[in-house]
Amino acid sequence: MTAIIDYGAGNIQSVINALEELNVKFIVTNNAKEINESKKIIFPGVGEASSAMNNIRSHGLFEVIKNCKKPFLGICLGMQLLCDYSEEGNVECLGIIPAVSKKFNSAKVKVPHMGWNKVSFNKGSKLFEEIENGSSFYFANSFYVPGNKFSSALCNYDIDFSAAVQKENFYGVQFHPEKSGEAGIKLLKNFIEKC
Amino acid sequence: MLAKRIIPCLDVKDGRVVKGTKFVNLHDSGSAVELAYRYYKEGADELVFLDITATEEKRKTLIELVKEVGRVIRIPFTVGGGISSINDIENLLNAGADKVSLNSAIVQNPNLIDEASKKFGSQAVVAAIDIKKTNGGQKVYIKGGKQPTALEGLSWCKEVCERGAGEILLTSIDHDGTRQGYNVEFLSAVVNLVTIPVIASGGAGKKEHFLEAFEKAGVDACLAAGLFHYKELNILELKKYLADNNIRIRL
Repeated sequence: MTAIIDYGAGNIQSVINALEELNVKFIVTNNAKEINESKKIIFPGVGEASSAMNNIRSHGLFEVIKNCKKPFLGICLGMQLLCDYSEEGNVECLGIIPAVSKKFNSAKVKVPHMGWNKVSFNKGSKLFEEIENGSSFYFANSFYVPGNKFSSALCNYDIDFSAAVQKENFYGVQFHPEKSGEAGIKLLKNFIEKC
Repeated sequence: MLAKRIIPCLDVKDGRVVKGTKFVNLHDSGSAVELAYRYYKEGADELVFLDITATEEKRKTLIELVKEVGRVIRIPFTVGGGISSINDIENLLNAGADKVSLNSAIVQNPNLIDEASKKFGSQAVVAAIDIKKTNGGQKVYIKGGKQPTALEGLSWCKEVCERGAGEILLTSIDHDGTRQGYNVEFLSAVVNLVTIPVIASGGAGKKEHFLEAFEKAGVDACLAAGLFHYKELNILELKKYLADNNIRIRL
């Protein structure tokens, strides 16, 4: 069973649609016991970082996520929340990846970073197995996680930033695999089957 | 770097696709879900659905459409048409839409932009702006192009950006349906003025018009409807043509 964590941070229907296409058994939940009993966990998120962190705390999910030992995939804001801190709403996040989410510089590029951009990933990354390096994925983000030692893929928009991160059982992708055509579906399949 | 986007638009009435010229004279062009799937397979970067149903059943049918479309395509899509409250927006996003396009409602209540972008994020809020040339310059029109307002086109673009919209979908009513090309001059002025992505709409008739909008106006995306519906232009062919002309495109 795969758990999709529902903590009131926006649209999860697209993730549901993608898992249904893959015939994956899943539950949508914010219940700690159900999350702990699942084999894989998907942590979606759109919206604003500080209110999302408030929701996580008010649902009692902070420790549940932080102590998770199962393969865990944060998507978009879900990846940013894995970091120490976000400049969006100046909020302390989950503190799993030692990095800070920052805002793109609107004097240099249009913000949000909206659309399809190329992703180059590290060889050996299980998430990207059998995906062509340099494939395009769909992004919609105003904030980004700078490249760091846990970056498993990079994307360029004014600067190089983390398109994906991995630390132990925690994976994160800044783009929306559920909205990135066939490459995105393949990535979700890899997470379910190979991670 | 970020690719330029090609966005087919589906004007929808009671779940069927219709396309008009200068916002009137509607023709039925088929099932919205089937057409959405065809565009996805042809390489569309995202889709826009504008609901022009005017009945009380509207909200329900639009939600149903969003759910059905979300099941068959794996690219982002925007819905618009008569959306006027935070509650409407929330229902559409929860049903699976990625963004909502707001038009008349934000002219009547500009705070809706601020509230929606705070609650759902700027990336979910598209400001749709319809402009038309008048003696006093390019003015904003609402209610599907039928009702003039006192708003000046460029200053309204700047305002929606400052209030937190994530994109501007700019339609030139004078160009819409004419197939004579986008309003490059006005689009160029908007692109230079705002810090958010701009989508060109109204007037595409051939491949060269898309190239012109990307090269001369510097828009981030081009939207078209009838041209794709009637298979006069294949999306993949268009994208190859643009890539051959050094536009960054996802192929």
